[in-house]
Amino acid sequence: MSLKSKSLLAPGHRGCAGCCDAMAAKFTLMAAGEDCIVVSPTGCLEVMTTPYPETSWEVPWIHSLFENASAVASGVDAALRAKGKLGKTKIIAIGGDGATLDIGMRSISGAFERGHDFTYVCIDNEAYMNTGVQRSGATPFNASTTTSPAGKVSFGNQRPKKNMPAIMVAHGSPYVATTSVGYPKDMIRKVKTATEVVGPTYVHAHAPCTTGWGFDTSKTVEIAKLAVDTALWPMFEIENGELTKVRKVKNPKPVEDYLKMQRRFKHLFTMEGGEAEIKKIQAIADKNIVDFGL
Amino acid sequence: MKITPGGVCEPGTTRVNKTGGWRTFRPIYDYDKCIKCKLCELLCPEPAVLPKDDGFFEFDYDFCKGCGICANECPKQAIEMVLEEK
Repeated sequence: MSLKSKSLLAPGHRGCAGCCDAMAAKFTLMAAGEDCIVVSPTGCLEVMTTPYPETSWEVPWIHSLFENASAVASGVDAALRAKGKLGKTKIIAIGGDGATLDIGMRSISGAFERGHDFTYVCIDNEAYMNTGVQRSGATPFNASTTTSPAGKVSFGNQRPKKNMPAIMVAHGSPYVATTSVGYPKDMIRKVKTATEVVGPTYVHAHAPCTTGWGFDTSKTVEIAKLAVDTALWPMFEIENGELTKVRKVKNPKPVEDYLKMQRRFKHLFTMEGGEAEIKKIQAIADKNIVDFGL
Repeated sequence: MKITPGGVCEPGTTRVNKTGGWRTFRPIYDYDKCIKCKLCELLCPEPAVLPKDDGFFEFDYDFCKGCGICANECPKQAIEMVLEEK
């Protein structure tokens, strides 16, 4: 006899097969439990979980605009404070990298500066996937997207990824962590810790997108783990400005192992001069190893 | 369609949308190999892996989109992806 699933994210959502957003949302809800209020800006997660009049969320959930998830979360915090119900109900804003690093930057900065008691979870799939893979501030160096296509004049996105965790640390956040959907237990623990810490906390989850990055739907977790194993995605925790925990990488793998599995980096292996570009990406990984002591 | 004030949706209502029709490959358990590690249940993005009262799991084919993450990550290769037949 089968038992009922305990997940607070209901099936039937429109996420692609192998969707990283659905996984990240599921892990976040596993960490937060039933007593939480979730704010979601525009993005894949919002669109695919809530095609009106249906929703996958089994907890109170609000869709804000693209740019103001943190402002809405601030309002939820203020409302609970006014009603004298602060402290028990967890407030979570969960958005993609576009809504966090680019469009929602102003509102997340304001909410952290005002010190509202909420947790912001960024699901970083490194481009605007919902609208068709346009580059965002989180798109890594040399990735090909529809607005930074690789071709005769370019190897793809020419700028490095914006260092969002450092920006949140600079806001004086008591808890900033990076995690990955490839390590669900790590992600659940970090989101749980973040929701328990009083004050504005930030969790940045790396999330490989099968559609946008171009890999088989079964490889979401495998690629997420490779990003960590090649040191391109360091997983750490920063408490009150101090780096307290780092996930060590034993024998880091060469970045080629990670790059060659994805369509967005395919040009690096076929174009002339690609080898030199891969070396530049390896240098980013090597710098992470030194910077974080991986 | 009549829109409710505030555009309110009832929780968990996407269950009316049976996404199992998207599937190309169907996952099938080999219970002799399964060690009940629960990884498939944890990783399933739908979620379409349901626990059974004997500690094993079964797929909810109404919703499973056949992504194959469970089969790819299973430490004992206890899940096989088989082409769907119409």
